[in-house]
Amino acid sequence: MNNTDKLIHAFVTALGIDQSLIKDSLEYNTIPQWDSVAHMALIAALEDEFDIMLDTDDIIDMSSVAKAKEIVARYDITFDD
Amino acid sequence: MQKLKKLSPDTISHLMTDTMLLEDKIVLVTGATKGIGLAIARKFAQEGARIFINGRNQLELNKISVELGKFSKQKVSTLLFDVSDPDQVKFGFQSLFKEAKGLDVLVNNAGILDDALIGMVTPEQIRNVYGSNTFGTIYCSQYASRLMQRRGGGRIVNISSIIATHGNKGQVVYGGSKAAVLGMTKSLAKELAPSNICVNAIAPGFIDTDMANSLDEVKFQERVDSIKMNRIGRPEEVADVALFLSSNMSSYVTGQVIGVDGGMLI
Repeated sequence: MNNTDKLIHAFVTALGIDQSLIKDSLEYNTIPQWDSVAHMALIAALEDEFDIMLDTDDIIDMSSVAKAKEIVARYDITFDD
Repeated sequence: MQKLKKLSPDTISHLMTDTMLLEDKIVLVTGATKGIGLAIARKFAQEGARIFINGRNQLELNKISVELGKFSKQKVSTLLFDVSDPDQVKFGFQSLFKEAKGLDVLVNNAGILDDALIGMVTPEQIRNVYGSNTFGTIYCSQYASRLMQRRGGGRIVNISSIIATHGNKGQVVYGGSKAAVLGMTKSLAKELAPSNICVNAIAPGFIDTDMANSLDEVKFQERVDSIKMNRIGRPEEVADVALFLSSNMSSYVTGQVIGVDGGMLI
């Protein structure tokens, strides 16, 4: 599994949504499944997938799939696309 | 045997084997270089914990680390950071994560005492006391709870004070900062219960620490006279309760405040 797959997997498991919905443009609180409770589950899933520990500012800033990619990349994780 | 049936499996296992109460548990104790924090660190190390000790003085931390290492079966690590500084807390927890990959128990013990009558309290005193006692507890709990959720549960033990529950002249700021810890304990317990994280507080009374020994002889005796058990408490007696709240012996206890005060009246 490459890093993009890992990121998608984290979103699918944490939010319980279909993989087809995971686009860069998907934003926090725009679908019922991505509420504040699911957001914390998403953080845990991303941390587990990439074996990192995000800081509190990152959690608050993570407002979309694109932003999640950008934040995770700061922890020396590279995305091909 | 009939009696054994009433005990939890964890308790029976502990009674029937040499298993230590915190064997292989990853623990962080803040403010662990003296007083109650040091007593808790010693107790936890004796009970098999993989312990991280926090403080603001690396030399003191090194000294304690060597002492604990003599009887601990596990590695002892030091984390130098000021709990009142969110950036330092962040780096501290990231160091812990890199080294241990998780956390089972957090003891929020770091705190400061700086008393003054209300008319003489300075904004700086308020910032410092609330910074360590209240904000530090929140910052550490934020990171700790996330690490615990990843491991399927954990324990947070907050060290408050009898001043939080009963108040005392000259301790408006300290009492307020420690009372806030009790409110946080109860709310955090409700928020984290579904994640199998128990959050409880201890409210020590007059305990034999540097803080107590800095009082003059008259005030010291006045305090002792207000204790029904007629003696000052030992830090180890607070550590015993912290051990209970950190172990599986208290697996169904959350949102509680336990006084360790020998029946002190204020």
